[in-house]
Amino acid sequence: MKILVAVKRVIDYNVQIRVKEDGTGVVTDNVKMSTNPPDDNAVEEAVKIKEAGKAKEIVAVTVGEDKAQETVRKALAVGADRGIHVKVEGTIEPLAVSKVLQKIVDKEKPDLVFMGKQAIDDDCNQTGQMLAALLNWPQATFASKIEVKDKSLEVTREVDEGLETIEVNIPAIVTCDLRLNEPRYASLPNIMKAKKKPIEQINASDLGVDTKQRIQQIKVEEPPKRKAGIKVANVEELVQKLKNEAKVI
Amino acid sequence: MSVLLIAEHNNKEVKPFTLNAITAGSQIDQDLHVLVIGNKADEVSKSIAQVPNVKKVIQIDHEIYENYLPENFSPVIIKQAENYSHIVCSANTFGKNLMPRVAALLDTSQVSDIIKVISPDSFLRPIYAGNAFATVKSTDKKKCVTIRPTSFDPAATSGGSAEIIKAEASDATTLTKFIKREEVKSDRPELGTARVVISGGRGMQSGDNFKLITAIADKLNAAIGASRAAVDAGYITNDHQVGQTGKVVVPDLYIAVGISGAIQHLAGMKESKVIVAINKDGEAPIFSVADYGLEADLFEALPQFLEELNKLNTIQK
Repeated sequence: MKILVAVKRVIDYNVQIRVKEDGTGVVTDNVKMSTNPPDDNAVEEAVKIKEAGKAKEIVAVTVGEDKAQETVRKALAVGADRGIHVKVEGTIEPLAVSKVLQKIVDKEKPDLVFMGKQAIDDDCNQTGQMLAALLNWPQATFASKIEVKDKSLEVTREVDEGLETIEVNIPAIVTCDLRLNEPRYASLPNIMKAKKKPIEQINASDLGVDTKQRIQQIKVEEPPKRKAGIKVANVEELVQKLKNEAKVI
Repeated sequence: MSVLLIAEHNNKEVKPFTLNAITAGSQIDQDLHVLVIGNKADEVSKSIAQVPNVKKVIQIDHEIYENYLPENFSPVIIKQAENYSHIVCSANTFGKNLMPRVAALLDTSQVSDIIKVISPDSFLRPIYAGNAFATVKSTDKKKCVTIRPTSFDPAATSGGSAEIIKAEASDATTLTKFIKREEVKSDRPELGTARVVISGGRGMQSGDNFKLITAIADKLNAAIGASRAAVDAGYITNDHQVGQTGKVVVPDLYIAVGISGAIQHLAGMKESKVIVAINKDGEAPIFSVADYGLEADLFEALPQFLEELNKLNTIQK
C-alpha cells in the first residue's frame, strides 16, 4: 500500500498574529513558520502504518512557494520516503490545492491520502473533502482513530455529538484530528538522512490546473478588542460582581 | 437569486444550529429554501415549514439518508443546487464535513465559517484562530457558504407556513458505510447554545476533579467545556472541547478554570459576553480576556464558589 500525505507550511501555532496596517493581510516577514499541526499527525499516522508493515511507501507532498519544501523535508525526517513540491506563488485556495492534489494522485496512484483536518492559517477545513469529491473517493474527516483492514479503513471521527465510526473503502481520503496520535520528533541522524531523500519539483502551471483566486480578499483587520477587565480579591467579591454588576447569575 | 440551506437534524428534530443558519441565509436573500434530507423526517420538514423566514421546504426521504454520509448527501444536493445562487449550512462538524464535497462538485471556492453577511457576495470571516477578520468577496457564480452559528441569532420557530415539496432520492453510495455514533447524553444545556459555560483545563489535574466543576454547573444550569489539554489528557470527552479545532461558544457567562488561555482556546470563547478566569498563575494569558480574574488555587476557589452560590437567594437559570 502507498500513502500520500499532504502538508502545508503555516505561521507557527505559537506566534502572536499581527495584522498589517494596510489591511492586506497578516505579518509574515521574520515570523516563525512550521508545518500545520494536524498535518504532523497525518505524517505520523502514515509512518505508524508503514512501521506496522501495512504500507510500503509514503510520499509527502506540499503545494506552495519555495520555502514550503521545509515541510516536506520535515516529513522525510520522520519517515516519509520521498517528497513532491508543487510550486505555486502567492495565495492558493483549497479548491485549487485539491485540483493540484488530484493530478498528483493520478500520477502517484496512492491507496490512501492523509492530511490535517484544517489549516490553522485560513481555518478553511476544505481540502480533504474537496479532493475526495474530485476523485469520487470516500472521505473520513476529523479522524481520531484509524484501523487498517483488508480493503477498507475503520475510522473513528470526532463530531459535535461525540464520536462516529465509519468504514471507508480503499482508496480513501482521511483528514486527521490532533488527537489521532502524538507526532514524533525527528532525530538528528534522520534529519541528516532526510537531506538525501529526493524531492521532485513540479510547477503547478505544468499540471494544467487553474490556480487563479476565486475569492477576493477585500481587507484584513484586527478583531474588536475586549475592554480590560479587573482582578477580584476573592471568591465572595467575584460572586457579588457577577450578581450585581454583570448581572449574569 | 435564492438560497438553499441544508438542514441538520436527527430525523425527528431539527438541530438548533440550523435555525441560526436560517437567519444568516435569509440575510443573503429573502428567498430561502430548506433542503431536508433524511429518513422518515416528516416532523423535521413540518417544523422547518413553520419558521417564518423559510419560503419552501424540499424533503428527500429514503432509508439511505438515515445517517448523514456526505457521499450520499452530495449527489442530491448537486441536483437541487441548479436552481439556486447560494448553498449554505452551518459550520459545525456536520457542515464542515459536507459542504466542501458539494462545493468541489460544483467547482466553487467555498467561503467557510462566516460571522457576518455584508452583501450577497461579501462576507466577514475569522482567520488565524480569530486573531484577524477577513472581508472576502466570492466571484463564483454559485456560492457555497458555511455559517458560524453562534454569530447569528436563531430564527423564530413559529408563525410560518412554507409549502413542503418532495424530491427524488439518488443511488446509495458504496464507498462508505456508517457503523455507529456514540453520543454523549446529558441533561445539561448544549455547549453551543448554553447561557452559561464553565470549562476546565490542564489545571484540573484529573477527570475526577471535574466533579468540582460539575457541582457548579448544576447550580448555574451551565454546560461544561474543556480546553484541548484537558481532553488530550483524558479528563473529559472530545465533545466538550472549546477552541479553534473544537467548538465555538458565545455564552452570557464563560468561566475558565485552570485554563492558561492559549490562543487556540481563546478562539473558541473570547466573544462570550462576560468572562471569568480562575487561575493560580497571575501571568496566564486567559486574564487578558477576562472581565473578572481571580488569582487563586482552583481547589480552594471552586468549593468556595459553590458555597457563595448557595448563599444567594436566586440564581438565573
